[in-house]
Amino acid sequence: MSTTQFVGTRVLRREDAPLLTGEGRFVDDLVAAGELHMTLVRSPHAHARIRSIDSSAACAMPGVVAVLTGADLLGEWGGPMPCAFAIPGMHASTHYPVAPETVHYVGDPVAVVLAESAYASKDAADAVVVEYDPLPPVIDLEDALSDRVLVHPELGTNTSHVWELNPNPEAVERAFASAAHVVKERYVQQRLLPSAMEPRGVLAVPQPHGGELTFYSATQVPHFVQIFLALLLGIPQQKIRVIAPKVGGGFGCKLEIYAEELLCAALARKLARPVRWTEERSEAASATIQGRGQIQDIELAADADGRITGVRVHLLADMGGYLMLLTPQIPLLGAFLYHGTYDTGAYAFSCTGVYTTKTPTDAYRGAGRPEATYAIERAVDALARKVGVDPAELRRRNFIKPEQFPYQSPGGLLFDSGEYEAALDKALALAGYSALRAEQQDRRTRKDTVQLGIGLSSYVEMCGLAPSRVLASLNYVAGGWESSTVRVMPTGKVQVVSGTSPHGQGHETSWSMIVADKLGVSPDDVEVLHSDTAIAPNGLDTYGSRSLPVGGTAVYLATEKVVAKARAIAAHQLEAAEEDLIYEGGAFSVRGSPTSTMALGAIAFEAFSAHNLPDGMEPLLEATSTWDPPNFVFPFGTHIAVVEVDTDTGDVTLRSYTAVDDCGNQVNPLIVEGQIHGGIVQGAAQALFEEAVYDADGNLVTATFADYLVPSAAEFPSFALDHTVTPSPTNPMGVKGIGEAGTIASTPAVMNAVVDALAPWNVRDIDMPASPWRVWKAIQAGGAR
Amino acid sequence: MKVAMTVNDNPHEHEVEPRLLLVDYLRKVVGLTGTNIGCDTSSCGACTVLVDGESVKSCTMLAAQARGRAITTIEGLSTGGELHPVQRAFHEHHGLQCGFCTPGMVLAAVSLLEEQPHPTEQEVRLGLEGNLCRCTGYHNIVKAVLAAAEAVSA
Repeated sequence: MSTTQFVGTRVLRREDAPLLTGEGRFVDDLVAAGELHMTLVRSPHAHARIRSIDSSAACAMPGVVAVLTGADLLGEWGGPMPCAFAIPGMHASTHYPVAPETVHYVGDPVAVVLAESAYASKDAADAVVVEYDPLPPVIDLEDALSDRVLVHPELGTNTSHVWELNPNPEAVERAFASAAHVVKERYVQQRLLPSAMEPRGVLAVPQPHGGELTFYSATQVPHFVQIFLALLLGIPQQKIRVIAPKVGGGFGCKLEIYAEELLCAALARKLARPVRWTEERSEAASATIQGRGQIQDIELAADADGRITGVRVHLLADMGGYLMLLTPQIPLLGAFLYHGTYDTGAYAFSCTGVYTTKTPTDAYRGAGRPEATYAIERAVDALARKVGVDPAELRRRNFIKPEQFPYQSPGGLLFDSGEYEAALDKALALAGYSALRAEQQDRRTRKDTVQLGIGLSSYVEMCGLAPSRVLASLNYVAGGWESSTVRVMPTGKVQVVSGTSPHGQGHETSWSMIVADKLGVSPDDVEVLHSDTAIAPNGLDTYGSRSLPVGGTAVYLATEKVVAKARAIAAHQLEAAEEDLIYEGGAFSVRGSPTSTMALGAIAFEAFSAHNLPDGMEPLLEATSTWDPPNFVFPFGTHIAVVEVDTDTGDVTLRSYTAVDDCGNQVNPLIVEGQIHGGIVQGAAQALFEEAVYDADGNLVTATFADYLVPSAAEFPSFALDHTVTPSPTNPMGVKGIGEAGTIASTPAVMNAVVDALAPWNVRDIDMPASPWRVWKAIQAGGAR
Repeated sequence: MKVAMTVNDNPHEHEVEPRLLLVDYLRKVVGLTGTNIGCDTSSCGACTVLVDGESVKSCTMLAAQARGRAITTIEGLSTGGELHPVQRAFHEHHGLQCGFCTPGMVLAAVSLLEEQPHPTEQEVRLGLEGNLCRCTGYHNIVKAVLAAAEAVSA
């Protein structure tokens, strides 16, 4: 199978037309006869004991069916909310969908209202009177660490876990003791609101007499949801059908088991009526998990030439009020990557997680790897300044070399393949690096009000989650495989079932290309089915840039099995040896006997009719493959941001952005580029615009899009993209994930550019986002040039 | 109260609560769910529709305020099974991923090109400032709108 007619080409997406015309249905577009609308009454306090809840006025309002408190609902739950990624010795919070006694963040649910319409349920929620005894909030991470106020007194500490990776402590000590240069930096990863454009939504439709539950959710993980509904609500798993219809973006925040999902399912069964909940945007700000939230201390040891000899990192990570599905492990997904693309020798990482009275944190695009990349790429620039060499040159001196792959990393991973310097060189050329440096020098000399900053980021990340045995060693409860079934129907058309669950990534297009190439048919003859546990019962869904390297590989391997079975049937029918058959253009022909052929459709019909199959062969032309990857995949690249900083106002403008990425072989370059474009903006938005700001009382003061600055088209230029291709040896297509790389690379590129612009003022760091106010203050503090 | 308007050239008349937002009227009463709700502060533009040909965020308008007006939603943009040139350009230039912002973005672009048939890249970027997208980084949206401008004027 060497012919690739479609893979590698810019096939337009089949997903588009329904989405462009309003035909595509998101959860809130679905209608169930007799549905009830749920509204949650949420705590206005960050930390408080619930003294009383009076729902009498609410219950008396027109259209209201029920008002239930956390205490009323305790009997519904088979257990507390799940954390699937525990850490040995972890202090785990106990968390129920509705708080029964104490609230731990602004937005923590205290009661639910069910009514005949959305407007009626909101009116009634406003009429529920809750009295609280406020407790002191815990906002600052170092204050949390002090245990001055305990978020969960029953745990005896605010520290959820301490985790360490320090394979050779003496080597680390030696590296720092003998270093010619040491840089010691502290960076703050502010909290972010994931802000998928579609807020979350749930519709639970019970069939009370049959016992079934059809459950629609705006989720990335329908298979996870099915399992946890079964475990936590006591519904037999085979009675639960979970469907993720069109899902309007996820970015990690829909990789979760949420209170509202459990509530809709439980209440739909209890009341024997469909129950719907649709999240409002300002509700999402505190009810949906948030991303990042870390204080990072990173130290580099280096020799006189700037060759890095040791890396030492400590994180203080904000868990928020409770541990959600993956909360404690998110910072640790970066634990292995704080040396970045560099061959640094000694390596030590530790992380302390703390509870605060804020919305829980969890996976947000990149999940741990953007934080790691940010710290090392910012610190490498700091080292370059200290050594007095160009940041591109310092990177070049330290890169892991091509001949070192597969590279045994100091964190214990095996980096599959990489050509880091080639990507750097290509990016420097594409950006016109030396001309930019000349312009920068000129502006500095002229003392131009508008200064130029140039920021590099040479990243590597680990994705394609994940080898199941590695996940076991990290105490993850599930595996990391992915499953696919490919079937050729009696008329010769093809169905592909995938366990991935796309929400914008274009799997239907990409999977159809992979199958079409292998079968020698048109992609238009291949339908891709997914995101419905009744149709695709086996799957581990979409997150962590896993879908192509894991799920796409399963599709590829299942198709190979189909071709092998078709070959056996064709050999039988054509009375030829299998090895004498050539498969090309969707038909087998006998070598040396070109008129003796059999098309795939005819073989599929033979497999269906089963009139004349080889002895012992089962009917139907279909095969399933479940791929458990032997390793992660490690995409990489170099991004270059160029900013103009108005030194009078502190205003930062992103003038140009160059990205050279390597995700191995590309299935659909159009989709790859789209993922990178979106990732760049999301990461640059962390650098320049976005921050979930809490006040001293624990109120989220950026709860709407009027306050939380998701950037628009006006804030960005068009981007210059190119790529290198270093195939991964981890999977047969040689592919690597690309869903998160843009976000991982761009935050440090942009911040390095901002700091670079302010070098004449000796500015070493600015907290993100680099707002005009912060930049202006840094300039003032730096004094006159 | 009674409201009457045309939606995608079809007359509609309903008894509604005075506080009913136009977007909820379109989605829940008329049953046209292509218009999406992405925020509650008129910031995101997912609910953009055309009112008498001009783009309006339908969460900023009451159904009552649309009385007697002609509303176009995304369902009314393509004619006879053919995509509108702006829709086609979004497809050809991969101007959408999850598709949630897309109906509003497309209608905002239609309205923009009505006002400025030959916009520069910067004019497109400023013209779409009221519509947020979290997936595409805007790069291909801008490309699509510029291509649509070319296609319409060609």
